[in-house]
Formats: sequence, C-alpha cells, structure tokens
Amino acid sequence: MNNTSDIAQIIPQADDYIRILPEIVLAIFGMIIMVLDPLMDEHRSQKTLGALALVGAVAALVATLFQSQYPGLAFWNMVQVDSFSVFFHFLVAAVTAVVILGSYEYMAVQEIRAGEYYALVLFGALGMSLMSSAVELVLIFIALEISSISTYILAGFRRHAAISSESSVKYFLLGSFATAFFLYGVALMFGATGSTSIKIIGDALRSGHIPVLAYVAVAFMFVGLGFKVAAAPFHIWTPDVYEGAPSPVVGFMSTAPKAAVFAVLLRVMFEVDAPGRVGLIWVVAALSMTLGNLGALVQDNVKRLLAYSSIAHAGYLLVAYAALPNNGIPAAMFYTASYAAMNVGAFAVISHVAGQGERYVTIEDYEGLGRRSPLLAATLTIFLLSLIGIPITGGFFAKFYVFSAALQANLVGLVIIGVLNSGIASYYYLRIIVVMYMREAREDIALSRIPFALGTALIISVVATIYLGVLPGRVLDYAARTAAEWAR
Amino acid sequence: MSNALDNSMLTLVTIIPLVGALLLVLFPRRDRDIRMFALVVSLLDFVLSLHLPVHFQRVQVGFQYEVNHQWIFNPNIHYHMGVDGVSMWLVVLTTFLTPLCVLISWKSIHERVKEFFILLLILQTALIGVFVALDLFLFYFFWEATLVPMALLIGIYGHGRRVYAAVKFFLYTMVASMFMLAAILWLYAKTGSFDFVTIQAAIRNGQVENFSGAALWLFLGFFIAFAVKVPIFPFHTWLPDAHVEAPTAGSVLLAGVLLKMGTYGLFRFNLGLFPGQSRSNAWWVMVLALIGIVYGALVAMVQPNMKKLIAYSSISHLGFVVLGLFSFTQAGLDGATFVMLAHGVSTGGLFMLAGILYERRHTYEIAEFGGLASIMPAYATFFLFIVLASVGLPLLNGFIGEFLVLSGAFRDRAVYGILAATGVIWSACYLLWMYQRVFYGKVTHGINLSLPDLSGRERVALGPIAAVALLMGVAPLIWLNAIDPSIQAALAPFAQFASRMVGR
Repeated sequence: MNNTSDIAQIIPQADDYIRILPEIVLAIFGMIIMVLDPLMDEHRSQKTLGALALVGAVAALVATLFQSQYPGLAFWNMVQVDSFSVFFHFLVAAVTAVVILGSYEYMAVQEIRAGEYYALVLFGALGMSLMSSAVELVLIFIALEISSISTYILAGFRRHAAISSESSVKYFLLGSFATAFFLYGVALMFGATGSTSIKIIGDALRSGHIPVLAYVAVAFMFVGLGFKVAAAPFHIWTPDVYEGAPSPVVGFMSTAPKAAVFAVLLRVMFEVDAPGRVGLIWVVAALSMTLGNLGALVQDNVKRLLAYSSIAHAGYLLVAYAALPNNGIPAAMFYTASYAAMNVGAFAVISHVAGQGERYVTIEDYEGLGRRSPLLAATLTIFLLSLIGIPITGGFFAKFYVFSAALQANLVGLVIIGVLNSGIASYYYLRIIVVMYMREAREDIALSRIPFALGTALIISVVATIYLGVLPGRVLDYAARTAAEWAR
Repeated sequence: MSNALDNSMLTLVTIIPLVGALLLVLFPRRDRDIRMFALVVSLLDFVLSLHLPVHFQRVQVGFQYEVNHQWIFNPNIHYHMGVDGVSMWLVVLTTFLTPLCVLISWKSIHERVKEFFILLLILQTALIGVFVALDLFLFYFFWEATLVPMALLIGIYGHGRRVYAAVKFFLYTMVASMFMLAAILWLYAKTGSFDFVTIQAAIRNGQVENFSGAALWLFLGFFIAFAVKVPIFPFHTWLPDAHVEAPTAGSVLLAGVLLKMGTYGLFRFNLGLFPGQSRSNAWWVMVLALIGIVYGALVAMVQPNMKKLIAYSSISHLGFVVLGLFSFTQAGLDGATFVMLAHGVSTGGLFMLAGILYERRHTYEIAEFGGLASIMPAYATFFLFIVLASVGLPLLNGFIGEFLVLSGAFRDRAVYGILAATGVIWSACYLLWMYQRVFYGKVTHGINLSLPDLSGRERVALGPIAAVALLMGVAPLIWLNAIDPSIQAALAPFAQFASRMVGR
C-alpha cells in the first residue's frame, strides 16, 4: 500500500499531463513543423506550415478550455492550473493565432523562409504558457528562457536587413543579462526562505520576520522581469529592437511574452506578497509612464513610436501592481488582455502597410491612408483610440480599472501622474490618425488588397478591442474570481 | 409617468442617430440618398424628442423619464439616464439643430459625403448622451465620445488650418477632461457608486470619507474640464481656431451645443455636488466670467473675419451663462439656462448665415463684402433678424436670458451686474457694426453683384431658427415653466448653506 503511493508520487498521473496539455500540444506542432520544413519546397511550405501552425495555436486554445476543467497542482507542485493560468494560456494562444494569421502574407512579401519561423512562434508560446502556470521559481526561469530564446531568434528573422540582426543581437545580449538578474534573485530568495516554491516562500514571508535578503531578492527578480516587460529604467533596448524586428514579431513580442511576464510578476508580487512592493513599483511605474510618453512624442518611425508607447503602457499596467490585491490583480489582468488585443492588431496593420523590405514605416508613409485604404485606416484608428483610452474601446476600461484600483489604495500621486501622461500620450497617437485622414494621399506607395488571413486577424483584434470596451464585465469578473481564489 | 414609451424615450432619442449612422455605413455612395437619409433620421429624432417637453411634469421635482439598468457589475456602472427641466431643453436644442445642420451641409459638403453624415450623427448621439446621463461614468463616456467625431469633422472638412485646429481642440479638451476623470474616480473610490443621485446624497449627508479635505480639488477637477469647454477666459484659445476652421455644420453644433456641455456640467456637477466649494470659489469664477464677457466682446469688435467675430461673441455670451450660474440666485440660474438655449439658436443661426455666404464667396473677410442688402434682400433680412436676436432686442430670445442673468448678478453683487451690463452694449456694437459693413453702403467688390439670394433649401433651414427666436422672445414661459422648478431644487442646498452661514 505504502509502496504504491510512493510510486504514485514519483510517476506522473494522467491528470498531471492534462495540466500541461496546451504546452504538449504546442511542442508537438512545433516539432512537426520543424520536421516537415526541409521536406517541402519553399513555395508550398509557406502556406502549409502556416496553416499547420494556426491549427496548433487553435488546438492549444481548445486544450486550455479542456484543461480548465481540471484545476489543481501537477508535477510535484511545480505547475498549477487555476483560473489565473487558464486566463493567460487563453490569451497567449489567442495572440499566437492572430500573429500567425497576420504573418501569413507578410512572410511571402518579405521572402522569408517560413518553416522555423512558425515553429519558433509555437515554441515561444509554449514558454509563455508555462510561465503563467508554473509556481516554482526554477521552472518559471526555464519557461522564461524558452520564451526568450525563441523571441531573440524571431527578432532577427529579416536576414537581409542589417537592422534586424542588430535588433536580435541587442535583444539577446541585454536579455541574457536580465535573465541572469532574475536567476540571481531566485538564488537569493532560496537563501532567504529555503525554498523556490512560490507558495512556501509566501508562507515564510508572511509568517513574520522578513530577512533583508528577501528584499534584495525581490529587487533582483524585479530587475529581470522589468527588463522583459520594458519598464523604465530597463527599457533602453525596446525602440531599437522593435524597429529592427519583423512587424508581426513585434506584435507578438510586445503582447504575449509581456502578458506572461506580467503573470509571473503577479505571482511574485502578490502571491508571494513581496516585501517592499509598493515603493519599488511606484518609482518604476511613474518612470515608465513618463519616459515612455516623452520618448514617443518625438518619434517619426511608427514602430519606434509604438515601442515607446509600449514602455508607457507597461507603466500604466504596473500602477495596478502597487494597488491592493483584490482589485489590483483583476485590473492588471484586464489590462494585459486589452493591451494584447489592440497592440497585436496595430502591428498587423503596420506589417501590411510596411510593404516589401519594411520600407514604409514612417509617419509620412501613412499620409492619406484614409483614402488609399479606408478599412485599414479605420481599424488602425480603432486601435490607436484604444491606446489613447477613448471610451467604447478596451483601452479605456483598462486604464479605468487600473487607476481606480490605485485610488482605492490611496495612491493619488501615482494616479495623477498616470492621468497627466494619458493626456500627453493622446498627442502622438493622434498624430497618426491626423496624418491618415487629413493629409493628401501618397500615390507613390502601392497598397495591395487586404489578404484574407490578415483580414481575419484584424477582425478578431477589432472585435476583442470593442468587446472589452463595451461589455468588460465578464472578463473582469473572471479576473476578479482569480483574485478571490488567491486570497483564500 | 410610467408607461413604456416614457421609459424608453431617452434611450430612443439618444440611440436613433447612432443607428442611423450605422445604417449609413452600409449605404452605397449615392450622395443624394445619403443626405436624404441623414435628414430623415435627424428629423425623426427631433419629432421624438418633442415628446419630452410635451409630457414633462412641470411641477414635479427631480429627474423624469428615468431609466436605470445595471450595465457593468464591477465597477458598479449603471445605464442611468434622466432629465430635469434644464437638460431636457438642451436635448431638444440638439435635436432641433441637427436637421438644420444636415440641410446647411447639403451642397457645401461634396467630398466624402458619407463619412461626413456618419460623423455628424455619431456626434449627435454623444451630445444627447452627455445631457441625459445621470451616471458619472456614463457621462464621462459620452463626454469623451463627442471628441473624436468633432475633431474629425474639423480636421477633414474644415478650411485652411484645419489640422492644427482639430488637434488643438482635441488636446485641450482631452487633457482637461483627464482631471475630471481623476475626480470621478476619487468619488467612486470613496462612495462605491457612479450614480449622480447617490453620490449627491452621500455628500450632503456627510458620508464621504475625507470629503472636506478633497472637496476643493474635486471642484477644480470638474471645473477645469468644463471651463475649457465653455470656454471660460484663460482657457478659450482653442475656440476661435476651431470655429474658423470648422465646416458650417461643425461650427453650428460646436457653438450651439458643445459649449453648453461645459455650462451644463458646471450647473449639474460643480453646483450640484459641491455647493460649499461653489459658494466659496464663486468670486473668482465670476471675475473670470466678467473678463470673458468684456474681453470676448472687445476682441470681437476688432475682428476682420466674420466667423472669428461670431466665435468671440460666443465667449462673451457664455460669460453671461457662467455669471448667472455662480450668482446662486433664482433669476440668475433661470437666465443662465435660458441664455444657453437662446445662444444655441441664434449663434447657430449666425454660423449658418456665415456659412451660406462662404459657400458663395469662399471667404469670411468682412472687408470683402458691402452693400449686400440690395443684392441678397432675403438673406439680409434673416441676418438682421438673427443679429437682433443675438444682441438682445426685447421680444426676441436674447433679451430674456440676459435680463434675468443681469438681475441675478445685480442681486448678488451690484458691481458685477453693472460690469456685465456693459457686455450687452458691446454686443450691440460689434454685431451691428459688422452688419452695417457687410450689408449697407456701396457694393465695393464687383463680384458680389452676381451673388444669388437664398435658395429654397436655405430658407427652410433658416426659417425655424427665426421662428424659434421669436417664440422664445414672446413666450419664454414655455421654457421657463420647466426650467424654474429644477433650478429651485438645485438652489435648495445653497439656501440652507446661506442660512447656516448666517446662523453661525
């Protein structure tokens, strides 16, 4: 009797595998693509492998829904499926699907060999999914590395362009440095509490005496994670990397990995109840919002502009981390979802307008887009309005929840900084809208029709953005349930 | 008051233009049909909105035609709408002006016609929403929603420096309303509700934590958003630019309705939620209003551009409204509300007239005209009529409101009344002088000799303006009947406040 239960502890059960089912699905599809790629000729591979990757992403989505029926711990308490992990799994899979749809045409136009690209996107998604369900710091580190290494390579995929390789190398060097910080933090946390399990660390820190080492560990981990979400002052890499990387990849890496890292940050900050949280976040959030927005004001390249905007948005999002758990967690989750919807959509538009070799990426290239392609201009306008935070878009409620959560924690100063920043930010988003509608059309830029796959990607993003802006209740309630689960 | 039609009336009036806009999206690009459809939709909305004053219970205090549904559970946001005597007439003003805007844009908009009317109808929904929303969140929602269509109307269909004007308009209002958002969020954090009535009750009963410390900042948060919109004196610089560059219909709605969002907001939220702060800050608000009245008038006097002149005259007239509101007298507030409506009608008319001239000559420069009275007699007659209404000639709409405001201001502080009264004289000066330069004297430019008089469509657009201006002048009680009880209710806390001050 005793013997069998020992064996049961060592050998994973069926439920354990269900609790990493989306990751398994993504890995299988990624590997199939890797194997098929060299067997197919270049022209056929693009369509077939893209479709296969799409199926993989959708299968991961379905696996996530299936998995949500089996909440609980798996693999010796290293993985936990709860409504929180399901939320982020769903988000990552959905973003992956939209990015694959958006890349479909792009790969052909840019003459990029598709095979590894799609495989890497799926592997990246695997790492990001695992980040949100891992509850053990070493496993989180491994997941973070899977996700990061995929995105490092993806950033350099425009092999003909020097700027893309520069972007990849820069991202890799600085990124590894940041991961080292995170790992160092994990080690120190182990020293401080004797465990790498989030739950045990949390219990140890709550039990009373907090060692100084724990503060240092939290700070180190925060530096590592802050780099990944492009929060100031760890943001310097962002504009260069975003400028050089292929546009669909930027759409991907500015949303899905960020969402996953924010999920880790939620676990580290709230479930661990990290000491020194409010002060640390306060400074970083205020810096990110301000530096991001001021930087964006002077940009002429749309990709760089959105890079600075993503720094600012990381700042808004971090405001929620300084709030109380019961409304800070749902606010942060809602923000990641709506930011993912609008940003992935915006980059889908950019990747189409950019044309071969990404030649058209300055603001002037968007002149008269309202006439050249009314649909493309209208969708981009919706995303930009959402990024400003105008009502009936998800961006509005996202900011709204974050700021009201902060006010309930009496962070009036931080809210005022945030509110002023949203005012400043409206200027540079508006610049693009103005150029699209109020300038004469540039005839020299030929714009092909919106291909079906891209159209589908845009429709999904627009619907998600508007849905979150008109009926935010269901998503927020779901997120609030997570906060309640954690409080128990 | 509880039959199904009454309950759904506000929703219908608000939503019809939006539905019309969505249907227009599906329309083929046949400009004539699009114009016709927009006209039908806006007329339908006007007819429906007349239900509100017809069935309004004039003696009843509080909001009427209320609807209140939960929209979002967390945060606690309600779809709560309702009108009192003040907001009801502003809704009718909006629905009255929109069909006229459609008519006046019939010919002048000939490119991207479909988008124009879509934006116009969306703007109408947002404007009505602002006046009927009783949930602070819903209010903010509509408030911000007016921004985008208006900025696009100016930026796409405007004149020369339209982009500059559109961006300036957008940024000024956007940044200012951020302060209001912060104040709304603070109130929500402390009361757990966005409901206007609930928050008002909580403040009056002293159930809001730390309220006395935050009251001044909350007052200022709302005040800045509204002051930019009105615009009150130092915040006015966006207005002349926006007006001069906007297409005619944009100017009509901007002057006619958008500016009233500011004064309505001051009345509903600043006076309604923070009576104590309104009282103690009234002196400087009134000083700013007086500066606005005199400064607006003096600057209007020297404008060579007809449209800019009318724009500055708006700053002056809106100064009267603010002065009346912060006099806290029955007459002052009645008058302020009446000026809002009268100014909407007559300045809307002036902008339409200026637009008609622009369509023919493509300029607003006063110096380009002269002696038009003999060339365009019908046009000159309408123009004179509306100028006189705007100047405040007794028996026309401008007089009643300004008179009430002045008597209210006089009762509050005599010197304010005296200074404001000069504004009436100034307005007569600049408007009549402009009229004289444009219509009398010799025809100085040969090209003007061939200008056609008003067309049938233009007469149809201007007729209702003139008729309403006259009706408001001779039978103001139709309006004041409904306004007065609401004002009385709004002033009740001020009376208590005053008696408490005396008692101390």
